[in-house]
Amino acid sequence: MSFNEFLAMGGYAQYVWSSWLLTLLVLLWNVIAPRYKHKKLLQQVEIQTKREQLKNSTNKI
Amino acid sequence: MNVLLKFYHRLGSPREFYEISGSLIPWFGTISLILILTGSYLGLVVAPADYQQGESYRIIYVHVPSAWLSMLIYTVLAVSAMIGLIWRMKMAYVVMICSAAPGAWFTLVALITGSLWGKPMWGTWWQWDARLTSELLLLFLYIGIIALYNSFYERHLAEKSAAILAVVGVINLPIIHYSVEWWNTLHQGSTVIRSDGPSMDVRMLWPLLIMAVGFNFYYGLILMLRARNQVLIQEARNSWVAELVVNKGQAS
Amino acid sequence: MTPKQKSRMRLVLLVLAGLGITSLLALNAFRSNLMYFLTPAEMVAGDYPEQGMYRLGGMVVEGSINRLENGITVEFDLTDYEQTITVRYTGILPDLFREGQGIVAHGRIENQLFTAEEVLAKHDESYMAPEVAEAMKNVDMSKAIPASATKIPAGTTL
Repeated sequence: MSFNEFLAMGGYAQYVWSSWLLTLLVLLWNVIAPRYKHKKLLQQVEIQTKREQLKNSTNKI
Repeated sequence: MNVLLKFYHRLGSPREFYEISGSLIPWFGTISLILILTGSYLGLVVAPADYQQGESYRIIYVHVPSAWLSMLIYTVLAVSAMIGLIWRMKMAYVVMICSAAPGAWFTLVALITGSLWGKPMWGTWWQWDARLTSELLLLFLYIGIIALYNSFYERHLAEKSAAILAVVGVINLPIIHYSVEWWNTLHQGSTVIRSDGPSMDVRMLWPLLIMAVGFNFYYGLILMLRARNQVLIQEARNSWVAELVVNKGQAS
Repeated sequence: MTPKQKSRMRLVLLVLAGLGITSLLALNAFRSNLMYFLTPAEMVAGDYPEQGMYRLGGMVVEGSINRLENGITVEFDLTDYEQTITVRYTGILPDLFREGQGIVAHGRIENQLFTAEEVLAKHDESYMAPEVAEAMKNVDMSKAIPASATKIPAGTTL
């Protein structure tokens, strides 16, 4: 089987490859999106913590 | 049993869950990646063409694992909703709400890839037959659960209402599975899960099973990723979260 | 479990059981409406209901496919191995349409002739390699394997 034949999928290329592509995109998105959000959340917590530390130290003075 | 119970209790604590899942994520990621890559290669290249459908049947390797997963995720979601309703377990509700979006995604993939398969083989993108309609209902259930959860400002109320809808919706699962047996449908009957064994060439069956297991590990992966985020949001006011960030900052 | 948890569990299970029974009864009541298609036997038993559109599902009888003079209209017999109804259809047939194939036709019946506006192919739940199908066909002709394991493109005169 040649590579071109493989790509042609017996004439069903558009159906087969769009199905696989859609699945691939959904699989990637569902890993990337929560990872990005996780980073953002940790940043938020960090900002919050620093703000509170600052507040505590100014309160002492 | 004791060990299992202990593990269960540890996972029940958001902080312990955050730590344990952190070390499990790389494993789940690697295993699902290997399985999905292997399954894709076997399914697209090694498995023979079908005697009726030619090469077009290769859509099965993304369609069926997604469809199975859409039902497995709903089972997990509904069981954790029940645990949440009965035992008021914090983490059960986290698992419930973090399963809803992945479930909706895989239901959508199952529906769209099914449509892309139906057009060349059946001659139609969509028909209101019992299998297709009940799977569409599953998508609406997932969306309903997410919408209901987000419509409440008070989290406990949101969790409870979403959990009740989730439990009620469980009725749809046997309907999806048995739809092809109970009624005349355009969709064919089950190939793999049947009393007389799978009616599929083993060279075609193995890639399908490998893909399905890979998809299950993938779900475990994204469930943990989402649940960790949910835990961070819910526990933002707790000191351990702040410590976590501080420790991380010192480590790097 | 505390008594409170027990009663909550009972409530959840009760609701589930009630719901299950209700939907079982409802699905049973609407059974015929949930049928996607009728079989030829059901259509004959219903005395050829001449009003409205129906879906008719069955197997294309071997050797019954007849292309009419205009070249795009086909006639074929559809059977469920009890009754047989002749179907007439004008248009593009799906790739899987062939003798011995399960199909679903959507249309109306008049004078025992079913005029279809849409023909969809059904495929079975078995998947096998072409050479395996060929080998099985040679071993056991009586088995329910479609006569033509090779693909006949739609539009070919059969």
